[in-house]
Amino acid sequence: MTLLAVSSLTKRYVSGTRPVTALDDVSLTLDRGQTLGLAGVSGSGKSTLARILLRLMPADGGMVRFEADDWLSLSGRDLRRRRARMQMVFQDVLGAFNPRATVGSVLDDPLRIHSPLKERDRRTEIAALLDRVGLQAALATRSIRDVSGGQRQRVAIARAIATRPSLIVLDEAVSALDVSVRETILRLLVELQQERGIAYLFISHDLAVLRAVSHRIAVMDAGRIVECGPAGDVIERPRSDAARSLVAAVPRLVIRG
Amino acid sequence: MRPVRLIFGTTEGAIGAVLLSLLVLIALFAPVLSPGDPLDIAGPPLLHPFSMARLPLGTDSLGRDVLAGIIHGTRTSLTVGLAAAFAAIALGVCIGLAAGFSGGLVDEALMRVVDAFQILPGFLLALALVSVAGASLPVVVLAIALGAWAAPARLMRAQVLSIRERDYVAAARVTGMHPLEIAVKEILPNALPPVLTLAAVIVAAAILTESALSFLGLGDPNIVTWGTMIAEGRNVLRSAPFLSVLPGLALVVTVITVYLVGEGVTQALAEGKAGQVDRQGPTA
Repeated sequence: MTLLAVSSLTKRYVSGTRPVTALDDVSLTLDRGQTLGLAGVSGSGKSTLARILLRLMPADGGMVRFEADDWLSLSGRDLRRRRARMQMVFQDVLGAFNPRATVGSVLDDPLRIHSPLKERDRRTEIAALLDRVGLQAALATRSIRDVSGGQRQRVAIARAIATRPSLIVLDEAVSALDVSVRETILRLLVELQQERGIAYLFISHDLAVLRAVSHRIAVMDAGRIVECGPAGDVIERPRSDAARSLVAAVPRLVIRG
Repeated sequence: MRPVRLIFGTTEGAIGAVLLSLLVLIALFAPVLSPGDPLDIAGPPLLHPFSMARLPLGTDSLGRDVLAGIIHGTRTSLTVGLAAAFAAIALGVCIGLAAGFSGGLVDEALMRVVDAFQILPGFLLALALVSVAGASLPVVVLAIALGAWAAPARLMRAQVLSIRERDYVAAARVTGMHPLEIAVKEILPNALPPVLTLAAVIVAAAILTESALSFLGLGDPNIVTWGTMIAEGRNVLRSAPFLSVLPGLALVVTVITVYLVGEGVTQALAEGKAGQVDRQGPTA
């Protein structure tokens, strides 16, 4: 069942005096509970696509159908209410949080805005969310600055699932984490997907990560989707130059070979 | 009490804080330190300092106690300085926040108003306003604030423009937070600290402006101010220079004190920021 259908999305902007086409006729679909990996070198338009889908930036053309909504035409109160359905996890584990926030206040915001829970019930819910992402409930009173990067990314995931979304956009969500933490976070994301049927749009330049979590992979290059297919196919038999060079860029450890 | 400790950690801040506390105490306890109306005649006119124990700093040409005038003048100067700075920063922050956060036409319109106020010399504006609206303390405060709010507004707007592009503001939008709540809860507290460091400069300038207005006879006539004292001393400058010099000294000390506190706060904020980076902990 299609959850998200993007058709002919276009975005242009002017960099200095040079017009740049950030997105050029981008179309893709994502089914409920599935993961679409979005690969591409930096500057290929992945983050622009994410920001438009998250309604952080307007598009110049095209259409997005998300659940039952004509997503790009929502505005004001309707949009704010429907935002509960599409959440996001950022790459920058520190920048994604108000430096004055505590772990608890970060999780309280989405609950206060979207759930009918009273303050005391929200505290119980915050403890449950922290527990679900593998953090101790006692962390709620700590300043967000005082927890580690891995813990912050768990808090970001807890914030994203707090509104019970059907889609989470993950923009390089594990790229800033070190390898051991990265694996536990990916495992947590896959568990949450199986448990709650959340779809992921998983943006990364790292094909090894995408292969581990994606059902399908789309490859972007210069604002276009140049290849899209089942994860295994794209990685084993890349058809486009962009995909081939990404595959070639996956680090292989060779010792005295 | 981390901020207080940080301010005392710098030499400027420590000296400034001690002097300012002293001035605030003098201002608060003015009626106790020198009871009665400082505008009443207390002894023979033009009594020189240290010639009578009851009137240690002497009297002016009407026989009013100079020490009482200086003590009560502290009250006026600090009140006007703090009230005007508070009003100027409050107004500047609101306008700057609105302009930076709204963008587009609202921003454009508000910033042109800021421009208009910024090109007018603050003192002339205050002078014009007080001569039209009459000399009373609230009018003087308002007049000074109107000449001083443009700088904090401009700084606030710049801060807001930078902060509203941060990821956590995007996160708040994705969460579905109301724009007003984003402005007040996410942007305002993080944009404020550098704007607050302007406070000291504005307080100092406000105290000087108030004295200058009083000097020109545009202060509230029912209140003792250092500016009025200096102006009245001017008539007998050759025979009794202390009448102008003493309140002048008080003015200089107060302005330097406020400046030192501001310097201490600025340094403390800078160090606080460095401390935050240290406390960020491991990134993984």
